[in-house]
Amino acid sequence: MDGFSPEIWESLELTVELASLTTVILLVLGTPLAWWIARSKSLWAEAVATIIALPLVLPPTVIGFYLLALLGPNGPGGLLASLWGGATLAFTFTGLVVGSVLSALPLMVQPIRNAFAAMGDRPLEVAATLRASPLYAFFTVALPVARTGVLTGAMLGFAHAIGTFGIVLMIGGNIPGRTKVLSAYLFDYVQASRWREASWLAGAMVMFAFAVILTLTLIDKYSGRRSR
Amino acid sequence: MRIATPGRIDVAFSGSIAGFSRDTQFSVPAKGVTAIFGPPGCGKTTLARCIAGLEPLPNGFCAIDGEVWQDRTTFRPPHLRPIGYVFQEPSLFPHLSVRRNLLYGAPKPKPTPIAFDEVVELLEIAPLLDRSPSHLSGGERQRVAMGRALLSQPRLLVMDEPLGALDRCARREILPFIERLPEKLALPMIYIGHDMAEIEHFADYLVMMERGVVTAAGPLQVLQRDPALPLAASREAAVSLDAVVSGYDGRYGLLILRLKGARLLVPAPPFAPGVHQRLRIGASDVSVAREAPRAGSMINVFPARIRACLPLGAAEITLVLALGTGGSGTEILARITRFSFDSLGLKDGMDVFAQLKHVSLLSASEPPLQIVTTSRPAADPGQASAAA
Repeated sequence: MDGFSPEIWESLELTVELASLTTVILLVLGTPLAWWIARSKSLWAEAVATIIALPLVLPPTVIGFYLLALLGPNGPGGLLASLWGGATLAFTFTGLVVGSVLSALPLMVQPIRNAFAAMGDRPLEVAATLRASPLYAFFTVALPVARTGVLTGAMLGFAHAIGTFGIVLMIGGNIPGRTKVLSAYLFDYVQASRWREASWLAGAMVMFAFAVILTLTLIDKYSGRRSR
Repeated sequence: MRIATPGRIDVAFSGSIAGFSRDTQFSVPAKGVTAIFGPPGCGKTTLARCIAGLEPLPNGFCAIDGEVWQDRTTFRPPHLRPIGYVFQEPSLFPHLSVRRNLLYGAPKPKPTPIAFDEVVELLEIAPLLDRSPSHLSGGERQRVAMGRALLSQPRLLVMDEPLGALDRCARREILPFIERLPEKLALPMIYIGHDMAEIEHFADYLVMMERGVVTAAGPLQVLQRDPALPLAASREAAVSLDAVVSGYDGRYGLLILRLKGARLLVPAPPFAPGVHQRLRIGASDVSVAREAPRAGSMINVFPARIRACLPLGAAEITLVLALGTGGSGTEILARITRFSFDSLGLKDGMDVFAQLKHVSLLSASEPPLQIVTTSRPAADPGQASAAA
């Protein structure tokens, strides 16, 4: 680990900050969205689910391209930025968060949606016959019963945000300390033939991914045994 | 009839749900147990769900004890209806302990008409309180689900085939608890079921359904012997009667029970006089004689009058008999062969003698005297029987 320069530690902080913020936004945004998609019978829900799933299929560069247009000085993002005196959301940390949220959204929504769907209507009907308002039932019954799905979604979202690269490349601008995350450094190291640093960084990220997937599997197994 | 009447359950749901048309309209007193009875798939559960507001049906009407839950202009969502609902599957919340399941719907200010300790004792669930629902048996789960519904302080308890998902053994375990509820709690109940052998234990009123339509509603005993309804004409025809214990013959171990127009002797453990006892008299356990038998082993022989004759298949006839001289008392059913009917020259309105071969005791409102001290009810309080 001694092989890491201070810039890497700075970038690690940035990366973790990006991933944490992304996860929080995903939880707040993705959970109600997953709830609506899982329970709505309208065709709109499926259409929205499809739009959310697009980043899974499209190359990150395509998403990045559209984000660049949306967040740039001439897009709505630029207009928004002008509210606090900025000119653009592209090449900023805010822009990075937006991109990271959008690309991780399907990974987050899918497990939560599945958990809500697997739960069925019954627990909520029971709660309703016990005087629980829909909102109270959501927080006291739906969320706790679907907690494994929420946890899985949150961890997948976090992990994806840690490793996001394509979108960073398109809208990040590689500004050290502001938008240059770990995956971008790895790319730079390889470009500059700094193999030692590159292999350290790549190895660390492999370990991280391994830990995340193992944890998820164990959570799944453990909670599966409990509910049986 | 869409009027909210104090003291009654007024329900009317018509229209179609998922292409299944229905016409369910009935009015029964808002006390005791009302059983909604019909073959599986006839729409009983949907009716119960409509009453709870879980199946929003436009143009429905539902009023409990004068309080309108739903009519043309109002629709109270389920969580604003003071209902207790026991689903066929216990559906306990898996993430909460038994205790927290029980308290989920209980209002926070403490003194409540239906108290926690009382319910725990009534349903015998004290040893389960700190367990997780996943560690309970099917019967235990259903008892907890019943307790949870009661503790939400409902004004109406609806039980949708609470025994339906249980095996035979667990059914027998739960049935005494269901019988006990109406005696201990002044709470109107609606019980959905398709098995008359369960319903006859505790129902006071009956709503009969067939293919989405309510075909009859009224007191259980009246519908059981109504010649126009399928119950009296069925092979399992029987009447459930509430008799009063008037004494006990200790020498022979016979319980003396009073019915209108008859005094029954039934071998049974002693009960306190005045206790109400539910009896079941099956049509096939009653025979008929033109004259009083002079010497015979049957102890329950009463004068009676034939009120109606219903053919049952080609060979048999079900008679509606009114007990007592002149036929002024309780009505029961008797099944005899057409051969006997013709050879005895029986006809409608004729005075005969009814001979009761067998009387089943279904339940008592208090446990029998002899086991009061052991504080545990008998494993199987039903089905004590009298033989000739």
